[in-house]
Amino acid sequence: MRRKLGPLAVHLVLGAYTLLAIFPILLVLYNSFKSRKAIFGSPLALPGPESFSLIGYQKVFADSAVPLYYFNSISVTVTTIFITLLIGAMAAWALTEYRFRWNTLLGIYLAIGIMVPIRLGSVSILRLVADMNLVNTRTALILVYTAQSLPLAIFILSEFIAQIPKDLREAARCDGVSEYTIFFRIILPLIRPAMATVAVFTMIPIWNDLWFPLLLSPGGGKQTITLGIQQFIGQYVTDWNAVLAALSVAIIPVLILYALFSRQLIRGLTSGAVK
Amino acid sequence: MAEVKIDNLNKSFGSVEVLRDIDLTIADGSFVVLVGPSGCGKSTLLRTIAGLETVSGGEIRIGDKKVNDLAPAAREIAMVFQSYALYPHMDVYGNMAFGLKFAGTPKAEIDRRVGEAARILKLEALMKRRPRELSGGQRQRVAIGRAIVREPKVFLFDEPLSNLDAALRVNTRIEIAKLHKMLKATIVYVTHDQVEAMTLADKIVVMNKGRIEQAGKPLDLYYKPANMFVAGFIGSPAMNFIEGEIGEVTEKGYSVRLADATSVNFTGNGVRQGHKVTLGVRPEHLAVGGTGDLKLEGRIDIVERLGETGYAHVSTGSGKPIIAEVRGGETGEPGQAVTLTATLGHTHLFDEAGQRIG
Repeated sequence: MRRKLGPLAVHLVLGAYTLLAIFPILLVLYNSFKSRKAIFGSPLALPGPESFSLIGYQKVFADSAVPLYYFNSISVTVTTIFITLLIGAMAAWALTEYRFRWNTLLGIYLAIGIMVPIRLGSVSILRLVADMNLVNTRTALILVYTAQSLPLAIFILSEFIAQIPKDLREAARCDGVSEYTIFFRIILPLIRPAMATVAVFTMIPIWNDLWFPLLLSPGGGKQTITLGIQQFIGQYVTDWNAVLAALSVAIIPVLILYALFSRQLIRGLTSGAVK
Repeated sequence: MAEVKIDNLNKSFGSVEVLRDIDLTIADGSFVVLVGPSGCGKSTLLRTIAGLETVSGGEIRIGDKKVNDLAPAAREIAMVFQSYALYPHMDVYGNMAFGLKFAGTPKAEIDRRVGEAARILKLEALMKRRPRELSGGQRQRVAIGRAIVREPKVFLFDEPLSNLDAALRVNTRIEIAKLHKMLKATIVYVTHDQVEAMTLADKIVVMNKGRIEQAGKPLDLYYKPANMFVAGFIGSPAMNFIEGEIGEVTEKGYSVRLADATSVNFTGNGVRQGHKVTLGVRPEHLAVGGTGDLKLEGRIDIVERLGETGYAHVSTGSGKPIIAEVRGGETGEPGQAVTLTATLGHTHLFDEAGQRIG
């Protein structure tokens, strides 16, 4: 009896949690297809023939800046993920594979970054970025986000690299390939699931971030989509149709990236490497 | 192919000495097996030859080149690992071609070598498979193939058979022996299994606690072990050891008095009366009944029957039970009194330090 109830109970709990997590997103999605009156009149109702309206999307796409904000967000996020993964994996490889003098100390130093929120340094970062003439650039955001993401990336990737059997690296050394080839051709393919995990952990806070775009690139056409949406939120009047439509559109790239990475997340590749 | 010469090699991890004063010459084209109990340093010695461990002192030469400070690849060796260490994300072809591809070997040459190795190892049908789709024996062959395509001067095998099941191990052992004949390769092979060592080796190197105890032809080690360690390690079941002391010493020879008061006469000299010695005799050289220079009286405790042969555990007056091989159906019964005999040529005598004296 318990055996049959067990999985059912688990699924009920998980299902309930899923509903809870998805509900706000659904609410945003279907309200974005309603007229302003319907949004306020019956916020929980699904769009019907009377309340259906695409006015929000029309406004968003009519705004010539939105595709630009979109591009900014995507380029910042993707570049940061790329740099974080590359440098993170290289650092993790060096820290786990090579024994050098300050190895442990360096590892701890890098791990401290996980515990200290980077926003504590906002003022100095802003000053630094201003001194470097990087205000209102995507570069500023990429640099800050890379710094923010690296500690956790190195931490996770080190754990995974340490699990790769030592024999594999030694076999490659006997095969006469360079350390770079070992890293790019043996290590990287084998830690793909870990890299996907890191990519997801890196991507979501960056995509959703409002703080640093607001501080570092609030204008000059370098705003990210999260910041761009703010233009529809006024002090006195908020264009809810446009806000909801813009938010709905902003979810899509994250979903696509997540779908791409999640296949890797699940896959375990090392099976069959050693008996 | 090349000769490997190891001169006064030392290796320590911190304050722990794992290899001490190793001197060893591995002749061109020979099959040398390093054997010993776990922790004896045999794998470390192999890894220092491969260049995966640095040495603390001494010299390693492969061919006419000193290789102490060369990277593994520059030593022109190929290693087969116990775990096979196949690249899991590449197919069989990719695994074998990996090293060559990055060494700048032309594609046609890579194909030729991989094809040749695949033919020798009967891997042709598996070229597109990933390691996880292969059986243990197939993975083993791919690992050997990866070594062959490099056309190395020396092949290094680190316990390559210990992950295979018993039947496959016997087969692969024969395959490796054939491969050695065909490639005329210099092979250094590490194992803890003395049957593998006996059957494969041109030369066996028995190691213990970081030292070479004895190096020589398999049958030399079997018939003339240099010390008690080698005597006890080579042969299965292990040699029986009986404690005793030197009795009368005459011009022609001396007698050895064993713990159970029996006495055996040896020819030779260089011993003193009263010295403690150990007499060794292999189970397969002991006969039940019959005549011989050595006679041991005892009672059978238990008989292990393996079919054609069996092993009788006989307790005598002296300490540990003696194991004797018995053949055929007449294996004796527990409780039965027996006399075990052996000829002088089949006995070994060791001094107090365990060194062979006769």
